[in-house]
Amino acid sequence: MEIPWDLLALSPPGWGGNLLRGLASTVQIALGAYLLGLAIGLGGALGKLYGGPVLRVSLEVYTTLIRAVPELVLILLLYYAGTDLLNTALESFGYERVDIDGLWAGIYVIGFVQGAYSTEVLRGAFLAVPEGQIEAARAYGMSWFKSHVRIVIPAMIPFAIPGLANLWLITTKDTALLAVVGFSELALETKQAAGATKAYFMMYVAAALLYLALTLVSTAVFSWVEKYYRRGQPDQG
Amino acid sequence: MQWDWLIEYAPKLVEGLWLTLQLLVLSIIFGMALAIPIGLVQVTGPRPLAWAAKAFCTTIRGTPLLIQLWLIYYGVGSLFPFIPGIRESFLWPVLRDAFPYALFAFSLSVAGYEGEVMRGAFRGVPKGELEAARAMGMRPFTILWRIWLPRALQNVFPTLAGEFILTLKATPLAATITIFEVYGVTTIVRQETYRIYEPLLFLAFIYLCLTGVLVVTFRYFENRIPKRRV
Repeated sequence: MEIPWDLLALSPPGWGGNLLRGLASTVQIALGAYLLGLAIGLGGALGKLYGGPVLRVSLEVYTTLIRAVPELVLILLLYYAGTDLLNTALESFGYERVDIDGLWAGIYVIGFVQGAYSTEVLRGAFLAVPEGQIEAARAYGMSWFKSHVRIVIPAMIPFAIPGLANLWLITTKDTALLAVVGFSELALETKQAAGATKAYFMMYVAAALLYLALTLVSTAVFSWVEKYYRRGQPDQG
Repeated sequence: MQWDWLIEYAPKLVEGLWLTLQLLVLSIIFGMALAIPIGLVQVTGPRPLAWAAKAFCTTIRGTPLLIQLWLIYYGVGSLFPFIPGIRESFLWPVLRDAFPYALFAFSLSVAGYEGEVMRGAFRGVPKGELEAARAMGMRPFTILWRIWLPRALQNVFPTLAGEFILTLKATPLAATITIFEVYGVTTIVRQETYRIYEPLLFLAFIYLCLTGVLVVTFRYFENRIPKRRV
């Protein structure tokens, strides 16, 4: 059996271009979802640490529920519930129903799930900041807000980075789940390419290699970022 | 909200749940059986073996499980018919069924993730304990079986428990290769009853319970591990 390399050519009839386009939308969705997740996580962590009892309990429910239910189930639930809620809201304000664009729906769904995980990572990182540094900031007369922007958050970042790097890798791989709901990203493009060409083995290996390359590049970037943020800290082991 | 479909589909759901548990438990057993040597060779093994184990872990951890699953089921599965005479062989009924492919993919995934965990675990056992074992005259295999492995497993037990819960949450992916485990059954329910939320919410509830049961079970075993009081 010979290997039909020309099926991977970048222009049709090759499917290489489709795979690369899929990779591009995977990266887009992952980036957007990661940033959304970080924003939710930052808010969630601060809420869990400083919020009142109601906020704290509801955040606890959010993180526990999201982390106990499979991502695939959450993605389906959030996708239907999200579009439903949006359309109900639009209709009640007298607008027409809309179809949410795949890219934004993917970002919102994955971001909402990742938010629960980032909340926990960031909460742990906040708790790791030495008490003395916060007290020193207060002794300088900084307000709560200023001491957080200037001292606590920058000091928390090096503790958070290993966990956040892990989350980024999980996010990129979670985007593949969107293929099940029918968003066109790398996994779905591959499935279509494989189905059309019948070269199942080659197409899936190609997709796996693309994901692997994404992971390896991300790992390299994160180790550089970590080194940057750890500057001035004593070496650990 | 309507829940009357629940009675009609209950037997199927129970079957699906059973399939989910089979997939989970078997892939953890096979996966750990692979993960232990994979972790071990990265700590003590000869250079090429250690390198191969490292490459295996990176590949598994660097690609989505969904792609691995499809690669194994559709990709590898599409190569088998090219082997002459395989349709007549005793292997064909196994190769035609989707479950072995899913089990294989999930076991490899567990092996990749837990191989990395076990590498750290083996490295974390204090050298003195291994030297003491050697000084008692134990052979290398006895040291591994009586001292190194139990101590390594004790140290990473909480991590492994967390990883196994992640494996549970990955099992619905098997539905994409025609395995009707509990998630797959609810997709059928959704298609046949045209209800969107109830089956999904019920499914979320089932997984919540499964996770809860696993957490409690693992905590029970964790508490049985003797700890030195500090």
